Amino acid sequence: MSDHDHDHHGHHHDHDHSELSETELRVRALESILTEKGYVDPASLDLLIDLYEKKIGPRNGIRVIAKAWSDPAYHTRLMKDATAAIAELDYSGRQGEHMVVVENTPEQHNMVVCTLCSCYPHPVLGLPPVWYKSAPYRSRAVSDPRGVLKDFGVTLPDATKIRVWDSTAEIRYLVLPMRPEGTEGWSAEQLAELVTRDSMIGTGLPKQPGELA
Amino acid sequence: MDGAHDMGGAKGFGPVVPEPNEPVFHGDWERRAFALTVAMARPGGWNIDMSRFARENRPPEDYLSKSYFQIWLAGLETLMIERGLVTREEIEAGKVLSPPKPGVTPIAPTEVTPAIRRGGPTEREAKTPAMFAVGETVRMKDIHPVTHTRLPQYVRGHLGTIELNHGCHVFPDTNSLGKGEDPQWLYTVRFDGPELWGKDADPTLSVSVDAWESYLERV
Repeated sequence: MSDHDHDHHGHHHDHDHSELSETELRVRALESILTEKGYVDPASLDLLIDLYEKKIGPRNGIRVIAKAWSDPAYHTRLMKDATAAIAELDYSGRQGEHMVVVENTPEQHNMVVCTLCSCYPHPVLGLPPVWYKSAPYRSRAVSDPRGVLKDFGVTLPDATKIRVWDSTAEIRYLVLPMRPEGTEGWSAEQLAELVTRDSMIGTGLPKQPGELA
Repeated sequence: MDGAHDMGGAKGFGPVVPEPNEPVFHGDWERRAFALTVAMARPGGWNIDMSRFARENRPPEDYLSKSYFQIWLAGLETLMIERGLVTREEIEAGKVLSPPKPGVTPIAPTEVTPAIRRGGPTEREAKTPAMFAVGETVRMKDIHPVTHTRLPQYVRGHLGTIELNHGCHVFPDTNSLGKGEDPQWLYTVRFDGPELWGKDADPTLSVSVDAWESYLERV
């Protein structure tokens, strides 16, 4: 691959403005064609965008993880039937119809990828970031996950087993990271401060108590 | 199809570059392209497997040079042209040149949230018993369909272990062609790193894919 191709995948949004404005015009024209033909209602498009920008995002997954860390009965339900346990918190639907939670332990670290496209658990994490959909991540997560973790500044002990879940069907995976030490007695709200989006994909670790401002 | 989208194990793409404080969309056209794609699926009458195939079925240089939402846009255009909803001339001209296809109704604003919250579950009732048991060793078939498949190239021909059984799910290979859902047992199959990547592979690595029963063979 040339640098040019890599550039497109990693940084498509901040280069080649002429190409982007061409795309911009194309999308605008397409929307007016589809509206005029009566196939779409622009108010529905606005609502969809609002849902994915404001309601459906990693905040939801953070609540799930913090509850699993602080409520042993919920943890049990989440590991047994993740779709139902996540629905208890009112998160469900598109790209999260069939959820499985995979738990990190001192022995095993889990990481989630979709090598074929961009499958990602929307109800709990929102839409995937650009890097998750990019060729570097999709190509290397399954063959060199430790190298990928290094790109994120994460180093795991040599003995830790690494388990990569390639989302090739409609099952969506959420990583349950290890609860940081030194958080005994913390409430779910306090624990939520430690959960990061990347820790729920497996490309990061939760914050440590000392990292909180 | 063995296309550029099937990236597992490919080399040379460089490091992963996370973007700090990344927004959900980069620019308004991404918002609109995303929403148009989601909103057109039901009126357009295609399923998720057809839309995945429309995105991946393009020359590698095209797939690799377009950004993610540019691929979505191109896929949407293909799906609509195939079904006579719009013509290529209309898309190129940027204006309506022919009457709308009759009987196509848009998603109303009141339907948006319920539709997203419902999603599109793919599990179906089992009609036959599962052929494989958890713990069993299986070989992934070495097949190269020219149409849509969710069996990545990097696992084909390799030995794995059945780890989970997810019930019967819609089969993308037929569903993407409009040839029916043909629900099949879906399994998580786990592979050891060296089985996939050779003896120098990270010995702590294991990788799994989710695979429909007809992708598997007994050993």
